[in-house]
Amino acid sequence: MKWAWLVVVALLLALPAVLSSYAISVFILIFFYAFLGQTWNIVGGYAGQLSLGHAAFVGIGAYTAAILARDAGLTPWAGMFVGGALAALLGAVIGYLGFRFGLRGFYFALLTVAFAEIARIVTANVETTGGALGLYITFTGDPRGFQFASNRPHYYIALAFMLLATGVTAWIERHRFGVYLAAIREDEGASEVLGVNSFKYKMLAIVVSAFITGMGGTFYAFYYLSLQPNTVFGIPLSVEIVIRAIVGGAGTLLGPILGSFLLTPLAELSRAYFSRGGWTGVHLIAYGALLIGVVLFLPQGLYPYFRRLLAWRSRS
Amino acid sequence: MDLTLVGQGLLNGILFGGVYSLMAVGLSLIFGVMRVVNFAHGDMMVWGMYVALVLAERAGIDPYLSFVICAALIFLLGALVQRTLVQQIVEAPHAMQILLMLGVALVLENVALVIFGPDPQRVQSPLTMATLWFGPFFVDMARLATFGVAILLTALLYLFLFRTMLGKMIRAAADNNYGALVIGTDVNRVYVVAFGIGAACVGAAGALVSAFLPFQPASGLSASITSFNIVIIGGMGSLIGAFFGGLIVSIAESMGAVFLSPSLKEIVSFSLLILILLFRPAGLFGRRMT
Repeated sequence: MKWAWLVVVALLLALPAVLSSYAISVFILIFFYAFLGQTWNIVGGYAGQLSLGHAAFVGIGAYTAAILARDAGLTPWAGMFVGGALAALLGAVIGYLGFRFGLRGFYFALLTVAFAEIARIVTANVETTGGALGLYITFTGDPRGFQFASNRPHYYIALAFMLLATGVTAWIERHRFGVYLAAIREDEGASEVLGVNSFKYKMLAIVVSAFITGMGGTFYAFYYLSLQPNTVFGIPLSVEIVIRAIVGGAGTLLGPILGSFLLTPLAELSRAYFSRGGWTGVHLIAYGALLIGVVLFLPQGLYPYFRRLLAWRSRS
Repeated sequence: MDLTLVGQGLLNGILFGGVYSLMAVGLSLIFGVMRVVNFAHGDMMVWGMYVALVLAERAGIDPYLSFVICAALIFLLGALVQRTLVQQIVEAPHAMQILLMLGVALVLENVALVIFGPDPQRVQSPLTMATLWFGPFFVDMARLATFGVAILLTALLYLFLFRTMLGKMIRAAADNNYGALVIGTDVNRVYVVAFGIGAACVGAAGALVSAFLPFQPASGLSASITSFNIVIIGGMGSLIGAFFGGLIVSIAESMGAVFLSPSLKEIVSFSLLILILLFRPAGLFGRRMT
């Protein structure tokens, strides 16, 4: 089974050689959203703490790296870690408040939304971030500044981000940490009785998740070269992240990747197709309908079907 | 700080609070009965606004009359969503319910976008032209009418819930679902009616603000979030809490606009939400959660 994944990764590494620039840009989005879905998966899937504010971590990482590069001349390759650290700090604050006071389900989700919204409003009202108009990064094409003349390097960086998040998640899944998280998700009371310090492991989950998500913010900033508070901190981005993980299968290693490989091209192609005819919004109707369909008919996500398909293949 | 400004802010806060209360009462009713959080609440409100717009432009009906038709149509929308979709996930985990309702919200928002376009719109009403002066304070007639009708509708809802058989059944189902079933309540019918009424409240609220609050398809999300804030602050499932929560949040926001800046006013309600979540998660008027 292991060599199959090596073949897939090798294929993905070779793919840009034959793809058009547009196809590469679609793959970049697939990888990046799979990455975000995967980092969300650690806290939302494995630990079962429904965060609807993950955009806040993307936004903090993005703005931190961009502002450090602009004002202090710090290369985003280093700023990435500062952004991750600040995002982790916010994750720790949200986690501490939420888990210390025992907020669960919808209440925890609303706490994360509240923090993301406060971050959005503050960013829109502060001068250093460019306020509501946004922050624009001048294009230099300098690799030291995380900028490249073509989108091929972005392809490999996004792929690396996806593999990094998946590697971290795989490590968690195979160690005690992952087992504790699953126990907390399934029955927090029972796991406490068995001696699992649920507060500690939930905190660890959200801090790790926020750190990696914040690093990804750097990619967002220097790929798009423009940041608006409403798009990087907004609830719609958080929802995009959650949808991919859940449609693919939350709490499974391949779920977010499957979800992104299905949803991202669908969203991109239908957006391109419908907006050409002036029908903006139609692709989001289809998207909403798909979401409803997944909840009603595939509540476990795609992953169980995918696994069955693989098992069937290897048997025949 | 100019006291007149503070007094005017307080007055504006109270007047707008009626609408917040109506939105939150609708959400709280749905949550109280079904334990489902209606993430499409704000989008249903926006649909109420667009129905008012169409009625005003095509039939010349003032939104302060057409809110009744808006409420009835959004009642049907809510009942339809409940019957076809929500009914199937009443027992599902939180995350699934939230995702389903987000899907409904996306569909509602973008159907509005396809039909009406992205530009902000406003319904014309002669009431917005009139202003009353009380000494140094002024009151916009439209806002005053909105406040009056919103309070009236909330009062009618209370009468319905406490004085009619169906209303009592709804309260019984909210109190103890299984118990209500045992004594012969048609719980599924209660669900449809409760969801419909909750939607009708927010639909009417939409029509009532459509004359002075510019709206666009994307306005739904922030209206949903505001409704959640109010309901949590007042106490999930508590109708009295939703009512006073609406007034409190509205006053807090307009005070925020006076003391901080208008663009920062939302921070006040989110900060209030965080404090409530931490120190009194059952809300100001809620019973202790089990």
